[in-house]
Amino acid sequence: MLEIKNLHVELEEEEKAILKGVDLNVGAGSVHAIMGPNGSGKSTLSYVLSGRDGYEVTDGSVTLEGTDLLDLDPEERAAAGLFLAFQYPVEIPGVGNMTFLRTALNAQRKSRGEDEMSATDFLKLVREKAKALKIDADMLKRPVNVGFSGGEKKRNEILQMAVLEPKMCILDETDSGLDVDAMKLVAEGVNALRSEGRSFLVITHYQRLLDHIKPDVVHIMSDGRIVKSGGPELALEVENNGYTDILEEVA
Amino acid sequence: MALPQVKLDATEARLASMTLPEGGAWISEARDDALSRLQAMGLPSRRDEYWKYTRPETLVQPGAPAAALFDNAEAPIFSSLDRVKIVFVDGVFDAEASDDLTLEGVSIERLAEAGAADIHWAKDVYGVLETRGQDPVERPLAALNTAFATDGIVIHVTTKASKPVSLIYLHGDETSDAVLHHVIKIESGAELTLLENGPAAARFNKCMEVEIADGGVFHHVRAQGRDHERRAATHIFTRLGEESTFKSFTLTANGVLTRNECIIELTGDNAIAHVAGAAVGDGDFHHDDTVFVTHDALACESRQVFKKVLRNGATGVFQGKILVKQGAQKTDGYQISQSLLLDGDSQFLVKPELEIYADDVACSHGSTSGAIDDTALFYLRSRGVSAAEATDLLTLAFLAEALEEIDDETIAEEIRERLENWLARHRS
Repeated sequence: MLEIKNLHVELEEEEKAILKGVDLNVGAGSVHAIMGPNGSGKSTLSYVLSGRDGYEVTDGSVTLEGTDLLDLDPEERAAAGLFLAFQYPVEIPGVGNMTFLRTALNAQRKSRGEDEMSATDFLKLVREKAKALKIDADMLKRPVNVGFSGGEKKRNEILQMAVLEPKMCILDETDSGLDVDAMKLVAEGVNALRSEGRSFLVITHYQRLLDHIKPDVVHIMSDGRIVKSGGPELALEVENNGYTDILEEVA
Repeated sequence: MALPQVKLDATEARLASMTLPEGGAWISEARDDALSRLQAMGLPSRRDEYWKYTRPETLVQPGAPAAALFDNAEAPIFSSLDRVKIVFVDGVFDAEASDDLTLEGVSIERLAEAGAADIHWAKDVYGVLETRGQDPVERPLAALNTAFATDGIVIHVTTKASKPVSLIYLHGDETSDAVLHHVIKIESGAELTLLENGPAAARFNKCMEVEIADGGVFHHVRAQGRDHERRAATHIFTRLGEESTFKSFTLTANGVLTRNECIIELTGDNAIAHVAGAAVGDGDFHHDDTVFVTHDALACESRQVFKKVLRNGATGVFQGKILVKQGAQKTDGYQISQSLLLDGDSQFLVKPELEIYADDVACSHGSTSGAIDDTALFYLRSRGVSAAEATDLLTLAFLAEALEEIDDETIAEEIRERLENWLARHRS
């Protein structure tokens, strides 16, 4: 599904290398987790994958089902099936949540050569998905993320994911700022979306989210590289011993 | 104080080719007075403080600079509404294109007819509110209008009107120089919605005086658009009685020069006046909103909400003042003027003013200039929305607060649609 080869990335303004050769291969239907200490490059990886400005790829490649992602605009990557659940979902005053969702869905459908979804079908779809995430009508009516609590913002991200049905989902520290109940709700939302054709890359500091979203593979990232990969037990090792031991071990 | 020679010359040059129109006794007197006022103050020049940001030359000079006709193939706005249509072509009334001027509980006349009578109720409003609005700031183009307008609409509302009166200003002649003066009187408890749309003329000087009695309600929605090269100087003068309401919204798209002045006097307790505008300009566009609100009664509320979207070197101006007179306690005054600059070439010039002589008031004003929020733009794009569509969406979101000032949902939706279409036509 997602294949990252030898990815090198610098900050455009500072010429500072952040990613120093990332290799990662996420197969169809699998869930990979990336863990790592602060500043290891996890969030940068998510931004580079989704096409945010301010980063320069100096080497390497990223493909989604064989399509070169790095050449595409953010909206083209989305249409190709990539989705980033933001660590800090953006508030957009003046744009209704429903308008936003419908514009996004129809834009993606259009660029894939599909018909726009009718207002009725769309309403039905959103209501059904929103219910599972305990998102009420008021949240749908309000401007995008404006006045939402931390938990509501994260649930809103998952709602977008559920409506847009991407193939490759990246969750950037989706657990940050969530209490246990909210995390469960978000995790359930994600788990409901797991399927053979959909892959996940879960970026997180802590093991606790991975109790709810069970990964197939866990990677440890440090200083812009993936330094160790393993099964779910690797996440537990981090939880018990911290990153220091692992990093020393691979150094 | 004697006028500077430059001003005298400019005023004389303009008046040289003009003669006061014929009319009945009441209007002749009003016109004579207006001409005297005008001669005493002289036409505006670029050295006037009030014209610091907008050059008045082309509004002042004899003869209108030519303005090409422009058809964007869009059906005129408000077409789908049930309304009383009154059409002016280049400032000349078009009887055939207009509906019958009848509406239950509302008397609608042309100024040309009302002015021909020797006596008319409009005497108490025509030029009267304009005169009041000349102090403390002079508005010579309004005096010029009162003196020389030959037509316009005179409306007397004694009930809640069952449908809007809709003034349509068509532009047919590339050098037309139109002057119209409307007089509206809303009686106690009565209500009217007035719509205005169309480019009007190559140059348009329009004045509207609105007297609202206790408990009266006046809604005004205007769409100035289409022809890029048109010029307009418009004035609204309104005086509000107790518990009355005045709400005005203006959409402006295109136009090399537009100066919209709105002069509001709150003279009855608990009156409400809202004036709002959304302006979108691309390239050779200069739009000036100048507002003066006077609170002279207890517990009145005033709101000014102006939003401008500017690109390719367009210019936006806002001069807004709230004057709270002594004794106007519990005043609630709000003013916001903001621009969204879509490139580095456009500019927004702002002069917000508060002058307060009462001690128990809540007045606030704010002004900002900004660009599209990159983070929001990326967020939208990451969900599959194209950069152009995302920019439009964020631009409409920026304008939303001004559009919220329109109470009628259907009309608000029409305005929104126009803005969407305009933005789609003016993408980079």
